[in-house]
Amino acid sequence: MIAVIDYDAGNLHSVLKAAQRAGLDAELARSAEGLERARGVILPGVGAFDTCMRRLGEQGLVEPLVRHLKADRPFLGICLGLQLLFDWGEEGGGAAGLGLLPGRVRRLEAPGRKVPHMGWNALHLHSPSVLFAGIPEGEYFYFVHSFHAVPERAEDLVATVDYGEQVTAAVSVGRVHAVQFHPEKSSTAGLRVLANFGRLVGDA
Amino acid sequence: MLARRIIACLDIDAGRVVKGVRFADTQEVGDPVALAARYDREGIDELVFYDISASAQGRRTMLSTVADTAATAFIPLTVGGGVDSVEQMRLLLRAGADKVSVNTAAVADPALLARGADKFGNQCIVLSIDARRVSGSLARWEVVTHGGRRATGLDAVAWAERGVALGAGEVVLNSIDSDGTQGGYDVELCREVSSRVGVPVVASGGAGSAQDFWRVLTEGCADAALAASVFHRRELEVAELKAFLAARGVPVRPASRIEGLGERRADDGR
Repeated sequence: MIAVIDYDAGNLHSVLKAAQRAGLDAELARSAEGLERARGVILPGVGAFDTCMRRLGEQGLVEPLVRHLKADRPFLGICLGLQLLFDWGEEGGGAAGLGLLPGRVRRLEAPGRKVPHMGWNALHLHSPSVLFAGIPEGEYFYFVHSFHAVPERAEDLVATVDYGEQVTAAVSVGRVHAVQFHPEKSSTAGLRVLANFGRLVGDA
Repeated sequence: MLARRIIACLDIDAGRVVKGVRFADTQEVGDPVALAARYDREGIDELVFYDISASAQGRRTMLSTVADTAATAFIPLTVGGGVDSVEQMRLLLRAGADKVSVNTAAVADPALLARGADKFGNQCIVLSIDARRVSGSLARWEVVTHGGRRATGLDAVAWAERGVALGAGEVVLNSIDSDGTQGGYDVELCREVSSRVGVPVVASGGAGSAQDFWRVLTEGCADAALAASVFHRRELEVAELKAFLAARGVPVRPASRIEGLGERRADDGR
């Protein structure tokens, strides 16, 4: 079973339905027990970095999530779920993240570009990843965000998109993966990414 | 590079699509869920459901339509029409909408935009503006409400700027003069607003040909173009439109090279 973490952070329904459509044995989990029973975890997220960290804390999910990540168990972060993997997010006055990856989450400040970065953007793949098996260079995915993660280690970066600057689109370390785009809103390409994650969990 | 978006808008009354939908396949006529899945397959980048239900029952039906669509079509969905409270936004977003659009209610109560943005993030809040060109004026537009029947005295460009300052993360500009004419978007209105706000601008009203899309996405500086009847009546195929735009240097998302997962056609009415 794959747990989709439910912490009142937006588009859970869409993530769950897309994961199921992609063939994943996914269900919502609100508690540490639900998370610990799962072979893989999907952490979605829409909203503010600080608010979401607080909600995860209130539901007692920070500790079990960190344990899951540190144990290198299969994980897929989506949008804010990518940003939360980093040390620090400056949104809403600043807050510590889950701290698996060194780096910060900053406001997008691409000169002459609109914020939020909203729409379909073409992925540049920097290193091979099981998450992008069967996905060609330049495939489009749907993004909507005003903040972006700036990883300290180049090797954590798997894919970027061009939005005035190179914006982090995917990071991976071991079996922990995260994407800034919304696979649940990226049509067939997004479903393929979810199916790839399902395969990774199956292989775990 | 970020693609310009092509958006299909469906007017929905109590769970059924109304106006201008002429599909040969009878199963798809009137069913927003089947139609949404079809547009997803054909390469539409985003969907807008506009609720024209007059009754409370019709509005409740919209929630289940949204939930069914979010389980069938995996592209972004904006829902608008009669949204006038944070609670209603919450219900629509929870049902599976990615964005909610506010029109008349924001004119009456501009702080609604701020309350929605505080609660859900500005990326969820769309300010939809019905604008009418002020007669005798080359570059002034007035905000109108109630389908164009009521003038507000508000300057449309200033209202767009204020709405964004309050928390709207996207602006939809519907030209009442062009709406339904198929004579082209109001390019000037779009360019004016797009140069003044830092969030994406969606052109709406007047699409009749591929050239109309091209003009508003280039000269009009629109980030996205929305249309209804040209798509519903099959006057313009999405793939043809995108090929036309791509050939003229407009960045668009081409048809995906990735095959579907096989089961997508099973339950969407084909």
